[in-house]
Amino acid sequence: MKSPKLTFPEGPTHKASMEIFHMGLPGGMKALLLVAGLVALGGCITIKAPEDKIVIELNINIKQEVLYKIENQVQDTIEQNQGIF
Amino acid sequence: MKKQAHTLFHAAAALAALALVAAPASAQRDPAYQAARTAGQVGEKMDGYLGAVGSVPADVDKMLKDLNIKRKAVYTQGAQGAGVSVEEFAFGAGCKNIRDTAPGEKYQAPDGTWKTRAAGQAPQRDARCP
Repeated sequence: MKSPKLTFPEGPTHKASMEIFHMGLPGGMKALLLVAGLVALGGCITIKAPEDKIVIELNINIKQEVLYKIENQVQDTIEQNQGIF
Repeated sequence: MKKQAHTLFHAAAALAALALVAAPASAQRDPAYQAARTAGQVGEKMDGYLGAVGSVPADVDKMLKDLNIKRKAVYTQGAQGAGVSVEEFAFGAGCKNIRDTAPGEKYQAPDGTWKTRAAGQAPQRDARCP
C-alpha cells in the first residue's frame, strides 16, 4: 500500500541519507543517484596546478604609450598650476 | 540697448570672477612649501603626489596633504580632457615632477626609496617615463 503523502511527510526532517532509496523513485533515477554518489566519493575529478609560475605585474594598467600620448597635456596642466607643483 | 549693456556688464563680471578664481592656481609656490622641499621634508613620488620623507612636523604633513588634494583635482580634470584614467595622468605628472626637481630636493626612485636629486645628473625614473 502506498501513501499519497510520501514525498513530504510531517515529522522530523532529518533522516538518514540512504532513505532516498526507499522513496518511490523510478529505478533509473535510483541508478543515476548511485552513480553520482560514486563519482563524488571516488574523487574522479582532479585539478592540477599550472607548472609555470604565476606572475602578477603591478602597475600593468599604466602603459608607456599612454604616457607619451598625454605628455603635452600633462605639461600644460602643471604649467597652469605652478603653485601646487 | 540698456539690456545689451547689462549683458556686457555681466560678461565682464564673469570674466573678472574667473580671473580671481584662476589666479591662485597659477601663482608660484608658497614659501613654506618651497622651504619644505628644499629642506628635503617633502619629496616627489612616482605616482604624481607629494610624500613626507621620514617623520615631518604636523604643519608640513597637513600642507602636503592639502597640496595632494589640489593635485588630485587638477589631475582628475586633466584626465577627463585627455581621456585617460586619473592614475595614468597622475603618473605622467609624476615623471615630470621628478624630472623637474631641483638639486637637493627629494624624489622617489623606481625601487621606492627616497633619493636626493644630484646637481647635473638626471634622476632615476620609471622606464615608461617619456
